[in-house]
Amino acid sequence: MFSALGDETRLSMLARLVNGKPQSISRLTAGTDLTRQAVTKHLRVLEDAGVVRCVRVGRERRFELEPAPIDDVRSYLEHVSKQWDVALARLKAMVEE
Amino acid sequence: MTDRIEKTIELKAPVSRVWRALTDYQEFGSWFRVRLEGPFVPGQVSRGYITHPGYEHVRWEAIVQKMEPERLFSFTWHPYSVDPNEDFSAEPSTLIEFTLEKTAHGTLLRIVESGFDQLPSKRRDLAFRMNERGWSAQLVNIAHHVEHAP
Repeated sequence: MFSALGDETRLSMLARLVNGKPQSISRLTAGTDLTRQAVTKHLRVLEDAGVVRCVRVGRERRFELEPAPIDDVRSYLEHVSKQWDVALARLKAMVEE
Repeated sequence: MTDRIEKTIELKAPVSRVWRALTDYQEFGSWFRVRLEGPFVPGQVSRGYITHPGYEHVRWEAIVQKMEPERLFSFTWHPYSVDPNEDFSAEPSTLIEFTLEKTAHGTLLRIVESGFDQLPSKRRDLAFRMNERGWSAQLVNIAHHVEHAP
């Protein structure tokens, strides 16, 4: 996962996808120094990592961020809750030593 | 209830020890995983950087609310605020409240984090997905710029 994301080019690509609209390879190539081939290669890496997915719009392939879980509010809270559990375990260890 | 998280934990340590771990900015930083610039002062902004692995460039900013010695410590903060120029006072924040109670064996610590309903869903969604997939801190910066670019 980290290797899929730990690359400036791929991160910039992801940033473009953050607004939620599926974008074509041409769109994602525009305004960069990359070839269409390079962009495609990077998208494949992101796809394999499960971060991005390909959707067909007519005859065109477009890419978008992999959708978040359906109930994102509850999932987010669960996630924050787990982070608190981990932090509190550290607090406990610190004060009880 | 989708607006808050509540945790209680019994600590085998005196209330004064727990209070110090919460309100001494260096002790707080060591378990919360943030490196703070200075002490907590009610009404003032507390700034620093997250030291959690993978998020080392993420700024941490909170406004200290109450410090009632050995009873209550609270602050508001903005999850994933990363832009130093951002006027975060305009953005919704979550409120974190620590309350302490003496027990037979030590201290009962209660933590309530509330205000999640106010977080813009896009920010919350992105923040969640970033954590779930272990995205690097760089993405936080980039995504934030994109979100705010006209």
